[in-house]
Amino acid sequence: MEDEIGQAGYLVTERLVKRFDDAVAVDEVSLSVKRGEIFALLGSSGCGKSTLLRMLAGFEKPSSGRILLGGQDVASLQPYARPINMMFQSYALFPHLDIWENVAFGLKRESLPRAQIQQRVGEMLDLVQLGAFAKRKPHQLSGGQQQRVALARSLAKRPKLLLLDEPLGALDKKLREQTQFELVNIIEKVGVTCVMVTHDQDEAMTMAGRIAVMSKGRVLQVGTPEEVYEHPANRFVADFIGNVNMFEGRLSVDEIDRCAAMTSIGEIQVGHGVSGTLNMPLAIAVRPEKIAISKQRPAQERNLFAGKVLEIAYFGAYNTYIVLASDGSKVRITEANTSREDVSNITWEDQVFFWWDDRAGIVLRD
Amino acid sequence: MAAFTLPIPIPIPGKRFVIGVPYLWLIVFFFLPFLILLYISFVDMGNDISPFKPLWDSTTGLLKLKYDNYGSIFRSGEGGVLFQTLYIEAYLRSLWYALCTAMLCLLIGYPFAYFIARSAPSARPGLLLMVMLPFWTSFLLRVYAWKGILADQGMLNRALMALGITTEPIQLLYTDVSMLVGMTYVYLPFMILPLYANLVKMDFRLLEAAHDLGASPLEAFWLITVPLSRAGIVAGFMLVFIPSVGEFVIPSLLGGPENIMIGRVVWDEMFISNNWPRASALAVVMIALIVVPLAIYYHYTGAPAESAA
Repeated sequence: MEDEIGQAGYLVTERLVKRFDDAVAVDEVSLSVKRGEIFALLGSSGCGKSTLLRMLAGFEKPSSGRILLGGQDVASLQPYARPINMMFQSYALFPHLDIWENVAFGLKRESLPRAQIQQRVGEMLDLVQLGAFAKRKPHQLSGGQQQRVALARSLAKRPKLLLLDEPLGALDKKLREQTQFELVNIIEKVGVTCVMVTHDQDEAMTMAGRIAVMSKGRVLQVGTPEEVYEHPANRFVADFIGNVNMFEGRLSVDEIDRCAAMTSIGEIQVGHGVSGTLNMPLAIAVRPEKIAISKQRPAQERNLFAGKVLEIAYFGAYNTYIVLASDGSKVRITEANTSREDVSNITWEDQVFFWWDDRAGIVLRD
Repeated sequence: MAAFTLPIPIPIPGKRFVIGVPYLWLIVFFFLPFLILLYISFVDMGNDISPFKPLWDSTTGLLKLKYDNYGSIFRSGEGGVLFQTLYIEAYLRSLWYALCTAMLCLLIGYPFAYFIARSAPSARPGLLLMVMLPFWTSFLLRVYAWKGILADQGMLNRALMALGITTEPIQLLYTDVSMLVGMTYVYLPFMILPLYANLVKMDFRLLEAAHDLGASPLEAFWLITVPLSRAGIVAGFMLVFIPSVGEFVIPSLLGGPENIMIGRVVWDEMFISNNWPRASALAVVMIALIVVPLAIYYHYTGAPAESAA
């Protein structure tokens, strides 16, 4: 994380802290967001992501630390003096104003000429394809339409930074998937730098260019969706993003380009080196979809284990198996349903083999 | 009709009863007295035993409506100028003072209601109780207490003299000031309660959204809070304004002798001049003055105000 500070960032937080009485909501968060990037703060509720967002918006004053936007320290500015706009989770559309007036609200505060306001509101409503709804009141629109009004309103002032608070949280699942692509398209078209807060990892993975995984007020890892998924920095991140099988053990082989760990189910081979001492405690994380499963013994001998099928869950696109390993641990394995006929023919109580490639395992020290 | 369209049997008679009781109450204690008042306003003055004459001539049985009672409100005597009577003056004065009272209540009550609505939910019942606490003592007692405070040798004047702000007592009691103080004091809770009920429902995130879009706190208040509390402002204003117009007790106790309000005029016509028909006509005009603008207002704004709340 520290290497992020040195990189030239458009939005930079330096050792940002927020204390409420005795509780620390945000603990020395240093982030650097690049210009034009969509950056997600991901974490479960109470991890401090919303407090961090509210500090960026100006609704909370940092206890210490700096917020730099384009080189200017904005931490002391009032929310109405910051070139930052937010799309609220509840949208917070003004119920007594029509759509046009809602979008024009921020522009009118800048006392822009009437013609210019007219033009900008028109552009924004076209951008979110709600031009025909200008004279409607917010309560006359559907949830998805309200969300687009909220987006248009927060983009109308051409902010230097756009904040999205759980942007899809108020929509139902089907609409959410469709909307997240729309949202990204619009944000990229406008080219605004964007920080979003979400508890939904799918939302963060699909929308954001980079993700900061937060827990207990701290940032645990910053990286692209692929990085945080395939190269989690620690146990928490590995567990939080997606599903993972975690094998606790001790380092048994330590070479330049490979290592191995002795765990309760046996020795696990990993295809990369690790800086550490023999016998130190660590965990090997293996994603369920990286594990192969079969009733027949495969040719491979490394990372090969046997077990009994406890549970099978059919998800349509894939199956999930819970396999009881020899040491009593439960291993989660997913297998894509690439064929319409059930070729593997695995059922409950079957004795199965499961194995994975050396490159599938991730060594986690923290 | 409803019984045929409802798929689930609902005990309609019970429902009707529940709605019917308040209606019955209004019919018996408001509408019927009003009809009697209307009746009396169109007849001749009677004597001490029966203060008004019947509408039908006892010998011929012919209907004889008297419009003089209304005529004399708007024109004094045969050749008098239209709308230049003591009654019209009293009406205008009453409307003016009622307007002043409602405005004062709004100015004092709005910050009060806003403060309660934004305080911690656990503190609200206590604060609301304090607003309603005066109702626990007699209304007359509270108005008399103001006499004690505002009199020439009252608490306020003695305090001012003790502080050396004034050497002579300032005439406060029996002036417009004392009357408005009394009216504002008595009617303030009627302003605070509907305003509070409205403001407490407001989503304060809307103010954050307004700040976020560049509105200063004052702008956000004018552009968001005030328009959204319009229903509460109107309700509070009406609850103060309407009874203030006809207020009789407070002006009599605290007001000056020269500024007679319409409530007092009706009382005098009724019990001093014993002219029931004219008193009735005055009361009917007063009701018309209040009800007609109100009905027009609700006709045009009632529906949107409800949907916005």
